[in-house]
Amino acid sequence: MVEQTFKITSAEGVHARPATLLVQTAGKFNADINMEYNGKKVNLKSIMGIMSLGIPAGSEVKITAEGSDEKEALNTLAEKIKSENLGE
Amino acid sequence: MQQLAGIAASNGIAIAKVYLLEAPDLTFEKTDIDNPEAEIARLEKAIEVSKGELEKIKAHTKQKLGDEHAEIFSAHLLVLSDPELIQPIKDKINNEKVNAESALEETATMFINMFKSMDNEYMRERAADIDDVTKRVMAHLLNVTFPDPALINEEVIVVAADLTPSDTAQLNKEFVKGFTTDIGGRTSHSAIMARSLEIPAVVGTKNVTTTVKDGDFLIVDGLEGKVILNPSDEERQAYEQKQAEYETQKEQWAKLKDQQTVTADGVHVELAANIGTPEDVDGVLRNGGEGVGLYRTEFLYMGKSSLPTEDEQYESYKAVLENMGDKPVVVRTLDIGGDKELDYLELPKELNPFLGFRAIRFCLERDDIFRTQLRALLRASIHGNLKIMFPMVATLQEFRDAKALLLEEKDNLLSEGVQVADDIEIGIMVEIPSTAVIAKQFAKEVDFFSIGTNDLIQYTMAADRMNEKVSYLYQPYHPAILNLVNNVIEAAHAEGKWAGMCGEMAGDPIAIPILLGLGLDEFSMSATSILPARTQLLSLSKERIASYKDEILSKGTAEEVVELVKSITE
Repeated sequence: MVEQTFKITSAEGVHARPATLLVQTAGKFNADINMEYNGKKVNLKSIMGIMSLGIPAGSEVKITAEGSDEKEALNTLAEKIKSENLGE
Repeated sequence: MQQLAGIAASNGIAIAKVYLLEAPDLTFEKTDIDNPEAEIARLEKAIEVSKGELEKIKAHTKQKLGDEHAEIFSAHLLVLSDPELIQPIKDKINNEKVNAESALEETATMFINMFKSMDNEYMRERAADIDDVTKRVMAHLLNVTFPDPALINEEVIVVAADLTPSDTAQLNKEFVKGFTTDIGGRTSHSAIMARSLEIPAVVGTKNVTTTVKDGDFLIVDGLEGKVILNPSDEERQAYEQKQAEYETQKEQWAKLKDQQTVTADGVHVELAANIGTPEDVDGVLRNGGEGVGLYRTEFLYMGKSSLPTEDEQYESYKAVLENMGDKPVVVRTLDIGGDKELDYLELPKELNPFLGFRAIRFCLERDDIFRTQLRALLRASIHGNLKIMFPMVATLQEFRDAKALLLEEKDNLLSEGVQVADDIEIGIMVEIPSTAVIAKQFAKEVDFFSIGTNDLIQYTMAADRMNEKVSYLYQPYHPAILNLVNNVIEAAHAEGKWAGMCGEMAGDPIAIPILLGLGLDEFSMSATSILPARTQLLSLSKERIASYKDEILSKGTAEEVVELVKSITE
């Protein structure tokens, strides 16, 4: 299993647009991918799961991936988060 | 046959069958099942069909309104692929042996309630998205039509209680020949959109949705505000002839497309158009508009989940300016609040939104939002003939503050090395009586006035234009309105400035001679009103009407004004 922690810097937090992008990206991989925020863990392939977290600006989230393509999945998600100015 | 009277909202005649745009009946019974696999297959099929529809709607929205507006449907599609939603439904079917309808409803309701209970307005709104997509799936499970304006693929007349701006934006002109609604007036959003789409419309019929049913035949007479249900053969022929005559008339008007608007006594006035999106520019040019007199920038901010960025705005403004060439484009800065809400700003509800925190009042307090728009406008200014106006200005101080912000951002851009045009005129909308009364003082500082009559009339007469009970007080020809309009025009001319009008009144055939006589310089209206207005103006004499100016302004009632003007111009 691989994991990485991100700080959400986008002023609006994880809103519809970035949430959509993350879920679309996660859906391309076989690995089980989860996002943790504030003690809650949800499936990153679930748009409603991500939106239910209501992640505001400035918060820290942890993404974990487990499966055959876990490294590639996490790297791709990390790139998306940076290129969309969502976090670092 | 049966006839309904309504308000003529957009010119022309449409003859086609009814497409009833209303919430479908999604009631079902919870039943026990004994073949869960078959039930799950039924669910999966309904989801697949729904996804196919959403893909089409998304593609259509993207093509008509751009990527930003289409994004919401990407989110809707993801909801339908969401394992956290779909798996529990399947589990319920398997474990509880219930039909797909009840499993879907129970699971969706749980999620909807969860989102509704969140302490963030934006998240609460998402409950509506889940509701929307699950309803579509439910409709397919029950085999009932889920009406969707974007999916119409045969010639119809859309019948609805009301149409939201996004409903209207999805109408495909190729198939939607016209529409008619229960509520609304000439200045409601659906009416304004109908005119910019150039499809005939009759609004405010009160009960058209309960009178007609799917498949009925309908005539929408957008010239006289009539709706005729299941016409006889003779009637249908009469209307087909009327439709042909209107088309001929339109061809006559089209000949005036490239002509200047010069009155019988040689006075030039400018006929411009009101627009809401860059796509509307086509219609302006096709209808011979000499400029854009009002570019409503609100649409850039509406139907989205967050504020438009500076670059997004810049692209829209640039597109309009470039396509209009050297013709003037008057952009109105953000006029939000009142009846136009932006969910993502989470503004508190007000008791009197029309008298509340809106337009320039909002922009001066939220100058972060305002500055973004001003910068986008200033950057776009080098691509055409830009003029900027501020809406709802009530005091001279508001104008000075707004102008100071504009000049500050101009300096900022220049020092960043960004090019900005140096001849941008800065004006105001005159829609508050206080401003019309002291137009003389304003005229020393503004470059131009544009009179917004829809609001000016409602504020002067103290009558809510959305309230049908007091709609009789919406009187454009009332002497009080005409005296205010005259005051603004005289004040402008005394300082060598120009005065225009961008309300519905500017395109009204009864008001046009009066406004010409009062000396209005620019008339801005729906694009489709331009050629009829030009036809009318070519035969009017400004000097003759102006010689009756004092008499017109001293009349006691709107009826007396109309009677006098008719006698002068006949």
